[in-house]
Amino acid sequence: MTDTQLLQSYLLRLADSDMILGQRLCELCGKAPALEEEMALMNVALDLVGQARNWYEYVAELEDQGRDADMLAFRRDAHEYRNLLLTEQPNGDYAVTMARQFFFDVWHYHTLQSLVNAPDERIAGIAAKALKEVTYHLRRSSEWIKRLGDGTEESHRRMQDAVDLLWRFTGELIQPDEVDQQIAKAGIGPDPEQLRDDWRGMVKAVLQEATLTPQPDDAWMYLGGKRGEHTEHLGFILAEMQFLQRAYPDAKVW
Amino acid sequence: MYAQLVETGAKRVKSLDEMSPEERAFQERIDAEIKIEPKNWMPDGYRQTLIRQISQHAHSEVVGMLPEGNWVTRAPTLKRKLQLMAKIQDEAGHGLYLYSAMETLGADRDEEIEKLHNGKAKYSSIFNYPTLSWADIGTIGWLVDGAAIVNQVVLQRTSYGPYSRAMIRICKEESFHQRQGYQILLDLMRHGTDEQKQMVQDSINRFWWPALMMFGPHDDDSPNSQQSMAWKIKRKSNDELRQMFIDQTVPQLEFLGCTAPDPDLKWNEERGHYDFGEINWQEFYDVLKGNGPCNRERIATRKKAIEEGAWVREAAVAYAEKQKQRAAA
Repeated sequence: MTDTQLLQSYLLRLADSDMILGQRLCELCGKAPALEEEMALMNVALDLVGQARNWYEYVAELEDQGRDADMLAFRRDAHEYRNLLLTEQPNGDYAVTMARQFFFDVWHYHTLQSLVNAPDERIAGIAAKALKEVTYHLRRSSEWIKRLGDGTEESHRRMQDAVDLLWRFTGELIQPDEVDQQIAKAGIGPDPEQLRDDWRGMVKAVLQEATLTPQPDDAWMYLGGKRGEHTEHLGFILAEMQFLQRAYPDAKVW
Repeated sequence: MYAQLVETGAKRVKSLDEMSPEERAFQERIDAEIKIEPKNWMPDGYRQTLIRQISQHAHSEVVGMLPEGNWVTRAPTLKRKLQLMAKIQDEAGHGLYLYSAMETLGADRDEEIEKLHNGKAKYSSIFNYPTLSWADIGTIGWLVDGAAIVNQVVLQRTSYGPYSRAMIRICKEESFHQRQGYQILLDLMRHGTDEQKQMVQDSINRFWWPALMMFGPHDDDSPNSQQSMAWKIKRKSNDELRQMFIDQTVPQLEFLGCTAPDPDLKWNEERGHYDFGEINWQEFYDVLKGNGPCNRERIATRKKAIEEGAWVREAAVAYAEKQKQRAAA
């Protein structure tokens, strides 16, 4: 893998994860538990899809094969997607939506904290803008974990169930593969051990405050998103998201 | 325009001589174009009419998110997706400040939402029509937000201060939405394939008449208009607003290179306005009574969201309560 290919692979993970989680949040339009949440969810989704666009544009430039950001988002099939499996999991109830968001936000926040110092100015710039947004996402999702975990009996039960349900998808966030390691070595992405400790530290602190129990560090983990092996959900997400581009392949403008 | 057929409870408008001293002072204030503020005395009919109108308007913003939400997961490009998401977010925001304006009148948001869910409160008839193609997102921005603006520009001068100020803020955002909607259609017509152009014309054919219905019944069939006009809640009649909308919209329609599904639509030199055909009022009243294509689905979706979110809201209240106790301890 050349350095450019390595960078593309890494950035696509960020772009695809942002895109797919943004898409999942779009599904909640008109279905949030309160009007204030309606606004907040759409706001987070808007940030994520905006970030995805920034990353896709850069990937398309690096790739230099005539594909643009839209082609990357709307014309790749599931096996070409590199998003974290966590982001493609269904919305479930609000506890699941928030647990998914929180696990992702902690990872996202710490990842971006490294990327803002990347020697590549383009990456540093996109990350700096994203970090401001994600700092808010993390604060918001942490608050919801605490509210639901330490709210009523029912909300506590639902929140604990959500943590247990999604825990198996969190290994992928903190178990580095070859790409993660190379990117860290190049001084771009976070040091894998540091990221793992930061993620676990923050997640455990918030869960504890929320009177929730994490699963053990050696729990079984479901991996694969970063190499294009997804859960069954992604195909349906893309079928919906890419419908127009697929149904009208000759259309040049929308 | 998001409020139709708002009840005033008045059979006819009282003259100044028939009014009590309080009512008279109130009416004179209105006639002098001084805004009514939450702490001012107001007749109960005025208060109730405003609560009905503002809540209807707020409900429309919220229900109006659903036909757009139907396409936000299928928007064709990143740019269009982001635009639509931002528009939907604005609408949730409009809902919020309209409910706040309504609460200044002593009404309760939850109670008014309950009325929406049990069929006692209305929302604009337009949102009971389905969005069947991507072009509908353009058409809604152009025609539906366009019709809303014609009404809301006038409502910026409405007599109740908080409502008037909410309208000023909302109008700015709606104009932006309308331009974006029109741009979607224009791009499809200018640079699209034949299939895409067909998509636009089909969408206009379906939304044209429902958009005209947004202005409500003819003035002669609008029993509440007179009182609303006297109170300057309403500033122009339904038919006047509808005519304004048509006059400004037809040139835009022609610029698109599309047609309206109305053989009687033509410029009348003498009147200085466009003539147009008769609206199918039976359809209008059917939709208002709950028998439009999507009435049941729209309300069912909103009810489900609020019902299924009950445990979330309860948890938030319980947590806030615990935090307060901890702070006090």
